[in-house]
Amino acid sequence: MHPSHFLAVLLFALFASTVFGITMRDTPPRMFRYGAYCFVLFVGSVIVFSWVMFLIAR
Amino acid sequence: MATTPNKPAAASKSSQGFVYLPLIAGWLIPGAGHFLLRKWIRGTLLAVSIISMFALGLAMQGKLYTSAQDILDMLGVAGDLGSGLLYFLSRAAGWGGTPVQTTVADYGTKFIVVAGLLNIIAAVDAHNLRTGRKS
Repeated sequence: MHPSHFLAVLLFALFASTVFGITMRDTPPRMFRYGAYCFVLFVGSVIVFSWVMFLIAR
Repeated sequence: MATTPNKPAAASKSSQGFVYLPLIAGWLIPGAGHFLLRKWIRGTLLAVSIISMFALGLAMQGKLYTSAQDILDMLGVAGDLGSGLLYFLSRAAGWGGTPVQTTVADYGTKFIVVAGLLNIIAAVDAHNLRTGRKS
């Protein structure tokens, strides 16, 4: 299996965020919100650092 | 008359049986600790997430750490061991690429290690539910 790097990031973020959401909060709505928050942070930070590395490498 | 708070019920529940059973079951089989506590949806989501992450790591030809030659390998073995039976069965079956040759295989190695670490978090969560520290 050879997913693209971005797809690998999305899968990693999805599974890790699911576990973080369930284990770090008490009620289902808060679990969902925290999981979504972690997912956005994972993917957002990857996009930001990718651009930073792209600009450094130029 | 005021109703009795839930604390005594939780305390009596937590004093029955072997307190570490959800922790050990959750470590050996992802989600099993939550299943024992009848948290079916949480257990299913945890099991699907952790097993999928581990399986994807193997599918990407990720490496299973088998021996600790240096400190990084030791950390890798510790992370892999977190997956419990998944790790032992995969090792017994000879799965996982030994030398990492591609970038995706390196990602796969990280997927496997992180699946183990997430499984430890999930098992500790099951233990906290069992002891009444979390609802």
